[in-house]
Amino acid sequence: MNEFQNKGDKASRTGFGEGVKLAATKHKQLVGLGVDITQSVGMHFFAEAFPERFLSLGIAEQNAIGVAAGLALSGKIPVFATYGVFAAHRAADQIRISLCYNNLHAIIGGAHAGISVGPDGATHQALEDIACMRVLPNMTVISPCDATQASLAVQQAVESLTGPVYIRFGREAVPDFTDEQQSFEIGKAQRLRAGKNLTIIATGHMVWEALQAAKMLEKSGIAAAVINMHTIKPLDEKACLQAARETGRIVTVEEHQITGGLGAAVAECCSSHAPVPILRLGINDSFGESGKPEELMQKHGLNSEGISAAITRWLNGELLP
Amino acid sequence: MEQLRQKAFEIRKYILKSLTAAGSGHAGGSLGLADIFAVLYFHQLRHRPQQPDWPQRDRLVLSIGHVAPVLYATLALAGYFPTEELLQLRQFGSRLQGHPGREHGLPGIELSAGSLGQGLSVALGMALADKMDQNDRRTYCILGDGELQEGSVWEAIMAAAHHRCHNLCAVVDRNGLQIDGSTEAVMQLEPLAEKWRSFGWNTLEINGHHITEIKEAFAKAEMEKQKPTVLIAKTIMGKGVSTIENDYRWHGKAPSEQELPLFLNELKNSLGL
Repeated sequence: MNEFQNKGDKASRTGFGEGVKLAATKHKQLVGLGVDITQSVGMHFFAEAFPERFLSLGIAEQNAIGVAAGLALSGKIPVFATYGVFAAHRAADQIRISLCYNNLHAIIGGAHAGISVGPDGATHQALEDIACMRVLPNMTVISPCDATQASLAVQQAVESLTGPVYIRFGREAVPDFTDEQQSFEIGKAQRLRAGKNLTIIATGHMVWEALQAAKMLEKSGIAAAVINMHTIKPLDEKACLQAARETGRIVTVEEHQITGGLGAAVAECCSSHAPVPILRLGINDSFGESGKPEELMQKHGLNSEGISAAITRWLNGELLP
Repeated sequence: MEQLRQKAFEIRKYILKSLTAAGSGHAGGSLGLADIFAVLYFHQLRHRPQQPDWPQRDRLVLSIGHVAPVLYATLALAGYFPTEELLQLRQFGSRLQGHPGREHGLPGIELSAGSLGQGLSVALGMALADKMDQNDRRTYCILGDGELQEGSVWEAIMAAAHHRCHNLCAVVDRNGLQIDGSTEAVMQLEPLAEKWRSFGWNTLEINGHHITEIKEAFAKAEMEKQKPTVLIAKTIMGKGVSTIENDYRWHGKAPSEQELPLFLNELKNSLGL
């Protein structure tokens, strides 16, 4: 079994930014759009390297999405990043009509995903972005597990997709543990660990925590498989159904509301073809708040201890309403 | 000049016919824009109806998707598709969607639009792309006056001036009416020209039914090499059909089978045909 090593903590926003710059080196038609928080969302790597292809649009997300649509209609590949709360919600109608209905190739980066944003508090912690983006026709939704895959995700989104893409990533430096050589393919889940008792399907930074939780569970005799579901739409339904059939139980983990996000997507898929008990871990119908990232993750049970404890209680029948 | 008046007449004729066949749709705004569309598609735009994706073509973004009938009638008359197809407006399976939809494959449609307030941003993106590519073609955007109540339009107005997109020309259909009544009663827009000017636009106020004025304004816009240009075109909603003219209840209404011949007759007479 593969043991994953932390190569060193690194923010996935940095990975995203490095990926944009790499993609821009290869693709001359890539254009970056900035809405004032360029460095904070990792776009400065690109902006510094290619100033002639970077457009400053001010604090005006709705206009930025429309501009992205116009650029895409002119053969450019626009990459627009801001905090996920603003990207997915402030400009929701522009994303729906100008980008998705027109089915245009544009990359939206949703930074500061989840409560691990920390002290900025609820207004800046994206917890509903997956839900709002994944219901849109033509949209692809990606939530990479670390900096390495954030870079690969944006490069692949530029290179091989043709429609609108939403990529969410976090603020904090977290374990960067995947291998650049490991086959990362948008839409294809990665089973990082085998196990026969249940499968943890996690997304974003929660994949690392799920791997640690699986190790803890192993000590109490529970063999948990772990899947990195980096693409939430289109969902790798085969991987979900295989997990349901082979292990009989699924646990989803995400830094997002448990309604509408990864857990909901997995439950929707399994309910039709392989209904098994599914425990959804994430944020339970509440806003975030200020605090250190680790304090907030602890409160919501979104660290390895919290995940393994919830799973143990679930298996013991202690989570029944 | 006479030829463009004739074109505007034909555009109006097909707007009425297609709306009557559809049984629903937006008559007022569509009729009001016929003269401007005649000048655009039969005089001003560089375009090739037989090659709709010609890379050097000027592009027109219709931000107010609800006046699709004027765009469809104009495109058909310009040769993008047969005029017979206009009678399929708003039908199931038709390429002539209630609001323009690119995925349905109608040639000449640059953008699927219909949610107000979005088109100018998209047109700006096109103009910015052309500036980057040093492509000297132009982008036009048709806006409604009521639409200017959407805040995102002003984001685009600000950004277009900031980026000196002189290759962008907006046209505001200033008919003064919206669904709930007069624009000034619903949400005051005046002093409208001053607003655009203060945002850094080359602002021209014109009579949107005067063919020569419209032609000259587009020509002036092309001479401007710094600022984007807006034509605030004073129009009469429903222009050409007295029953419809300036009656806001005709914003989202189609003529009946009984009304159609009367309306067409009035149009003909006004042209002295």
